Amino acid sequence: MTALVLAALGVLLVLPAVLPSYALTVFTFTFFYAYLGQAWNLLGGYAGQLSVGHAAFVGIGAYTSAMLAREAGLTPWLGMFVGGALAAVLGAVIGYLGFRFGLRGFYFVLLTVAFAEVCRIAALNTEAIGGALGLYITFTGNPRQFQFQDPRAYYYIALGLVLAATAVTALVERRRFGIYLTAIREDEGAAEAAGVPTFRYKMLAMVASSFLAGLGGTFYAFYLFSLQPNTVFGIPLSVEIVIRPIVGGAGTLLGPIVGSFILSPLAELSRYAFAAGGWSGAHLIVYGVLLVVVVLFFPQGAVPWLRRLLGRAQP
Amino acid sequence: MRRRPAVSPLLEVEGLAKRFGGLQAVRDLSFRVDEGEIVALIGPNGAGKTTVFGLLSGFLRPDGGEVRFRGRSIVGLPPHRINALGLARTFQIVRPFPRLTVLRNVTVGALARHPDPAEAERRAAAILEEVGLAAKRDQPAAGLTLAERKRLELARALATEPALLLLDEVMAGLTATETERIVALVRDIHARGVSILLIEHVMRAVMSLSGRIIVLNYGERIAEGRPEEVAADPRVIQAYLGEADEHGPAAD
Repeated sequence: MTALVLAALGVLLVLPAVLPSYALTVFTFTFFYAYLGQAWNLLGGYAGQLSVGHAAFVGIGAYTSAMLAREAGLTPWLGMFVGGALAAVLGAVIGYLGFRFGLRGFYFVLLTVAFAEVCRIAALNTEAIGGALGLYITFTGNPRQFQFQDPRAYYYIALGLVLAATAVTALVERRRFGIYLTAIREDEGAAEAAGVPTFRYKMLAMVASSFLAGLGGTFYAFYLFSLQPNTVFGIPLSVEIVIRPIVGGAGTLLGPIVGSFILSPLAELSRYAFAAGGWSGAHLIVYGVLLVVVVLFFPQGAVPWLRRLLGRAQP
Repeated sequence: MRRRPAVSPLLEVEGLAKRFGGLQAVRDLSFRVDEGEIVALIGPNGAGKTTVFGLLSGFLRPDGGEVRFRGRSIVGLPPHRINALGLARTFQIVRPFPRLTVLRNVTVGALARHPDPAEAERRAAAILEEVGLAAKRDQPAAGLTLAERKRLELARALATEPALLLLDEVMAGLTATETERIVALVRDIHARGVSILLIEHVMRAVMSLSGRIIVLNYGERIAEGRPEEVAADPRVIQAYLGEADEHGPAAD
């Protein structure tokens, strides 16, 4: 497995030299969604706290660094950490409300959706950040402004993001933090009885996850150059973030990456194909069908299934 | 033989009360467990035994009364804090972490005292040897038999290195041979200096293990004493026979 991963990594590093620009874009999105999926994975996959509001953190990160760049001239390379920190603050608020008052399962899902919707509506109605018109970033091509003439730069940044998030997750997985998160996911009461401070660890997972998603917001803003409340804070983005790790294998290290490699190209291609026939939005039907297949036949996701295929037990 | 060191009691319960709607599950219950003791909590089904464990371990909040562990009040503390003070419990209906391996299940418990995962895993492996689950260490806990799950439940609690272990029916549903193995295991744990409070319906095990028995009925203590005293107590016999319960003191 390790050899396979290293080989894949080697290929990904040299790939931009030969890829046409459209394929480069597909790969860049694949990495970026894998990164967001990995951020979600810490909370949703390892700790089992299902958030369907992660777009809120991406949106806050995106708007924060874009506004700081425009109004204060702060380079997005620093602004992204401010955005991540603000996203983490929102994560802490949602986590505190959810975990202190014992909202589990569907109730926690609804709480996260509600907060993301509040953010979306607030952004729509705040003229200072562009309101419903959104926020546009003037292209300068200046690397200090997180902008690049060569699209390959975005490819490598997105690849770097997903590798960094995966390295962090690998570290967490092996330490007490990660082991406690899986215990919480499996049985919170039993974890408490075994000495796990479940509230504290769920909060830590929430803060780490929302911080990472917030960092990703800056990439979103400066790769797409435009922010619309309905897209960057919308439920569809939250669903995009959730569905990849679930298809790939929630709570596994490579799940979000494998899931993104299955879904991101599929989404791109079907969007392209359907839009050409005037059926924009129909790619969501493909998602729906795929999700049904996964839930029915691979409820743990692709990675555990692949691992069984290769004859390896769960860690 | 009963050891009674001249130290302060490990666990003191005074006037404990818990009501669920119209049901007074536990009523003015007082008892103590001293260091080095094995105490059994018995009573017909629905007598409130498991509720008492819930109250002691922080999963339920009492409506009244006091619980002191090693001299300090633990009422209102969350379960993990109570565990950190040295009071661990098992669940009557076993609650393994199903998708984690057997070793990982026990490691979770060991991490409470040993934050380094490698060290915690070493401790967990040693405990698995002790409870006879070493051969299953790399299997997911979901695949264990009931007898194995009961031992896993015990191993996980033991891994938190408690001073007092609350065992909730760790023998229920086991065959005679499996029961004997658990009895021997409980004796070993006790011999290492862990005090034990156990809920059990398997009377032969209760009689042979416990130095003292507390009998509950309708949430109240109706008798307390050495096994032979309790077995001869007319109130105890009536409580069990009145229930026409298959788990009566004579049955097994």
